[in-house]
Amino acid sequence: MSRPPALVLEGIGHAYFGRYVLEGVRLRLHAGEVAALLGPSGSGKSTLLAIAAGILEPLRGTLQRGYRRHAMVFQEPRLLPWATAAQNIAYPLRLAGLGRAARAARVAEVAALAHFDPADLGKYPVELSGGMRQRVAIARALAPAPDFVYFDEPFTALDPGLRRAMQDLVIEAASRHGFGALFVTHDVQEAVRIAHRVLVLDAGGRGLAGERVVPGVPGARDARTVFETAHGWLANDALFQAVEGSDERTAGWS
Amino acid sequence: MTWLGRLGNFLWSGWAGLAGLCLLAAAWQAGHEAYGSFILPAPVATLEQIGATLSDPLFAEATSTTALRAATGFAVAASIGAVVGIAAGYSMATLRAARPLMTVLLGVPPIAWIVLAMIWFGASDGTVVATVVIAATPIVFGAAAQGIATRERGLDDMARVFGASALQRFYHLALRHLAAHLFPALAVALGTAVKVAVMAELLTNTGGIGTELANARSRLDVTAAMSWVLIAVALLLVLEYALLQPIRSQLERWRSAAQPWGVKR
Repeated sequence: MSRPPALVLEGIGHAYFGRYVLEGVRLRLHAGEVAALLGPSGSGKSTLLAIAAGILEPLRGTLQRGYRRHAMVFQEPRLLPWATAAQNIAYPLRLAGLGRAARAARVAEVAALAHFDPADLGKYPVELSGGMRQRVAIARALAPAPDFVYFDEPFTALDPGLRRAMQDLVIEAASRHGFGALFVTHDVQEAVRIAHRVLVLDAGGRGLAGERVVPGVPGARDARTVFETAHGWLANDALFQAVEGSDERTAGWS
Repeated sequence: MTWLGRLGNFLWSGWAGLAGLCLLAAAWQAGHEAYGSFILPAPVATLEQIGATLSDPLFAEATSTTALRAATGFAVAASIGAVVGIAAGYSMATLRAARPLMTVLLGVPPIAWIVLAMIWFGASDGTVVATVVIAATPIVFGAAAQGIATRERGLDDMARVFGASALQRFYHLALRHLAAHLFPALAVALGTAVKVAVMAELLTNTGGIGTELANARSRLDVTAAMSWVLIAVALLLVLEYALLQPIRSQLERWRSAAQPWGVKR
């Protein structure tokens, strides 16, 4: 593993209207590593992701990106309502200046990867179900062949069966194309299923509370291992006590 | 198939509109029978008068004069309103500074602007066009500013992640969002342009449909007056359906996909 780290965050801090949501966050991700970022609601997970992805300028700290090109899957699909599924998937390629024919070929390729029915490519987002829309968002993220992908709680709104299918899709795509990922979630089982390493953000956003390496490789773990690891951590590991159950950062207001 | 199908759809939907117009004609006929020809000429008599006017060389001259003035004023108003409105949508300071100005412009009745314009430009094309511009610009401005200010930030962030520059985000996202706000306002502005142009012509006696209306009034020729009113309405419809609707239906195609019967393919 002599490749440079994919992402290095040093002392990242951010505040909204003078109120700190993040302080002194240090983070280092290896190339090709899938890391899950856990934390209670309001702990600043999405803010940290937005900073890492370049949507938000951090108030403090430095970041260093070792990857070539990133992509992102958001909590809501964020599709262009006036564009068809195919045009939505092709949007990053259009930004990259790819020709029409090359775009069409790549769209067909990544739509198949995301298990999106080619017959639906000409439909508008309003005509698609929630799961299909999220498949389009995943295909759009895969289209420019990124070597790093940010996921911001992408499957929270989906039902459990569909969520598992989507997780499998991410695991498969990550292992086949070797991209690294930072995957924000508040579901410990989801984190255990898809990640190499689980990072837990401090409830008050004061850096990372800790991290655990998940035994095994994503995709090779069976359902039982995933379930037992997640429940073992939730029941016995102090690090995970704050992740589930606690709601919003009421402590910050006192 | 696509645009031809949409055209067919559009024409077919015209039946409902036609039924509404027939109702209006029936009420008109009833009014004619109650009050007599001097107050309200019969619809058929008015249509015959329009037929006679159509063959008159005066018709082409008056209609084209008014159409040209309304279209010029509309084009200037749409350009100024859209550019300033977009700037205001991006900059809150500009919006705060411009909004009271637009309220003042909207609050002053067009008739007052006609008086001022007559003093500034005399009885000329300039008076009519300037009045149209002043009356129609605030409508376009408000919609453009609103459209930009309410653009979807989530989509902006998405485009930024995939490497879109500020210009690309404006072109790909903001303009598309803007269209939904701008087109209804453009339709209103176009209607205002024709109405104000006719009114300004009537008062300034500078030719066009408005002047023909004034002449009909001085002759107490109600049938002629009614026929010119109908011609003005027809002119507005022609301008709207030739100028605005084709662009609009192309840009708003995805909206019909949201309707229960979906996009016709």
